[in-house]
Amino acid sequence: MILEVLRQKAEDTRRELASAGTLINVCKGTGCVSNGSLEVLDALDEAANGCGKPCKVRGTGCRGLCAAGPLVSLDPAGVMFQAVKPKDAAMIVASMGESPETLAQGSAKDHLLDMNMPFFTRQHRVVLENAGKIDPERLEDYIAQDGYLALVTALTEQTPQEVLEVVTASGLRGRGGAGYPTGLKWSTVAKASDRIKYVICNGDEGDPGAFMDRSVMEDDPHRIIEGMTLAAYAVGATAGYIYVRAEYPQAIARLRKALKQAQQAHFLGDKICGTSFSFNIELRLGAGAFVCGEETALIASIEGGRGNPRPRPPYPAAQGLWGHPTLINNVESLSNIAPIVRNGAEWFSQVGTEKSKGTKVFALAGRVNHTGLVEVPMGITLREIVFEIGGGIPEGKRCKAVQTGGPSGGCIPEEKLDSPVDYESLAALGSIMGSGGMIVMDETSNMVDVAKFFMEFCMTESCGKCVPCRVGTAQMNDLLGKMVSGIATQADLDLLEELCDVVKHTSLCGLGQSAPNPVLSTLHYFREEYEAALAGTNGKATEIAS
Amino acid sequence: MLSHLVKQPPSPPSSDKRWKIIGATMRRHGYEPDALIETLHAVQEAFGFVDVDALRFVAASLHVPYSRVYGVVTFYHYFTLKPQGEHTCVLCTGTACYIKGGSATLAAVEHKYGIRPGDTTKDGKLSLLTARCIGSCGLAPAGVFDGEVVGKVTSDEAMRRIREWVGHDT
Repeated sequence: MILEVLRQKAEDTRRELASAGTLINVCKGTGCVSNGSLEVLDALDEAANGCGKPCKVRGTGCRGLCAAGPLVSLDPAGVMFQAVKPKDAAMIVASMGESPETLAQGSAKDHLLDMNMPFFTRQHRVVLENAGKIDPERLEDYIAQDGYLALVTALTEQTPQEVLEVVTASGLRGRGGAGYPTGLKWSTVAKASDRIKYVICNGDEGDPGAFMDRSVMEDDPHRIIEGMTLAAYAVGATAGYIYVRAEYPQAIARLRKALKQAQQAHFLGDKICGTSFSFNIELRLGAGAFVCGEETALIASIEGGRGNPRPRPPYPAAQGLWGHPTLINNVESLSNIAPIVRNGAEWFSQVGTEKSKGTKVFALAGRVNHTGLVEVPMGITLREIVFEIGGGIPEGKRCKAVQTGGPSGGCIPEEKLDSPVDYESLAALGSIMGSGGMIVMDETSNMVDVAKFFMEFCMTESCGKCVPCRVGTAQMNDLLGKMVSGIATQADLDLLEELCDVVKHTSLCGLGQSAPNPVLSTLHYFREEYEAALAGTNGKATEIAS
Repeated sequence: MLSHLVKQPPSPPSSDKRWKIIGATMRRHGYEPDALIETLHAVQEAFGFVDVDALRFVAASLHVPYSRVYGVVTFYHYFTLKPQGEHTCVLCTGTACYIKGGSATLAAVEHKYGIRPGDTTKDGKLSLLTARCIGSCGLAPAGVFDGEVVGKVTSDEAMRRIREWVGHDT
């Protein structure tokens, strides 16, 4: 019965949106807002009001191409305008009903984006399927895209075991970076006999250079709520927490609103949609500590303490929040759950490689033309991402390296860019998949400088609990500082390598264990830059341009 | 009954109405010790910083040792124990901003106003802060000027915005 009501509601909203005429979508992502998209929204509202044509102006989520913002798109025509200013409102309203071909001849051509460019056509959107298509602040919009259909179907027609089996069969692996099979993690928690269990969504996206999770939380918050509730049903959890960085005020506001909407609509709370299953979610704010992305540190932070990690085992799946079995999944992992349950494991696993299924969202930034957010099938090569989707390097410069995995990852040199993007291949190159930050560097970047940048980050963010990380990162930072200043000796380089080994193998948590990765990978591929720094001649190719 | 054993929450450090917001936050969490970080967020949002009086009040209200409250507030970068200036300039030092030359902007502001990140100018007009990453990497280098996220912040652009706040002769 309830399923029919939901389907009817989705149908009603779709009809309502279709009958509104042209949908004028203005991006309300953080990127476009800082480029002035809210003023554009107001101007369009005004221009559309008196135009006499059927249309509806609305704010939507991120379209990905942040560098070209503010972005405005017209649906169902499928036209997108870039770098829109409030004064362009009249032009956009006048464009309604025209084909892209006609517009390309007229005055709109400077603002028109080619929707056939690889940036759009080479992407494969699962996690971001709704981003830019729905108003994230309207529950109806999410429902119109078959939102909550998976949850209600599961609660009314499937057992928890069946949901778990679908997720396991899909081959989904943790999108936080390590790639642990999600189904396996779920079944460990499901098997635990404790009556109290928790589900935590890790939205502490601390990796500098990554903003995929921020975007999902801002653009499609209900997707996370649905994913978490499905997870809770599968593992038998009673309560959930979404842990978000305080640095993402817009994501926090949207999640708060979405949680309230979901509670009012009985997708959360006691006896969800009239079934016997109860589950509720609370929001918890981080406070600026990178280490809190580590699961045991995150738990300590939710408990109200310092974000100090603790040794594992026991893993949180056995003993987590307040000592109870706890499932911790990253935002992107949970965002894959609803489509998997809705469309089936096979649908999901037909995309990707043998061991890495599905898609991955990357935040493409640095020295690349099309900076922004892209979702690509696993197995695509790094070269395709940088040169086709990313549109190559600006100012005719040469690509030098691509950095993935942030401070825990490594730099992959240009000659290795033909490697496929999957967990194993990136690890074999000395980097990691990471949460999805992808920074492109051109010849102006000096790799010793880059290594120092990351080491300084790890040093500052080390929680100080274990000696190898606390002291080791500081020593490595000093040694790298000597190299950058051109006063290092061969002995310093030897010591640096030795320290990398010690810190990697003896640190307590992932932060310390992976802190040497940026140094190790740059030493491996760009050793000559370290040696040039030793010789006393400063090895900088050129000063980093301001 | 046992009600005489249940301690009344301590009274706030001052009659400032903003303490009511803090009290409401703690009440909503049932004065549980795990509400500590949420409460500190409420204090910082209401007052702009967390001072010693606030720490003592929160510690007593939530029955958490003062040492632990101090440990928590100093662990997280987001909390500040010093009052902020009239205007705040946060410059992002994330990877994308670093690659796009954000450090030059930071150096320029430091040099011009003689302050380091975390400091406020003597006249109390400008606080300079850095952020590890504000997630606006597509617009690198990025900054937050009085709460407004700004993309492509060159040294000139940062200087121009700060000059509007502090006047030409500072």
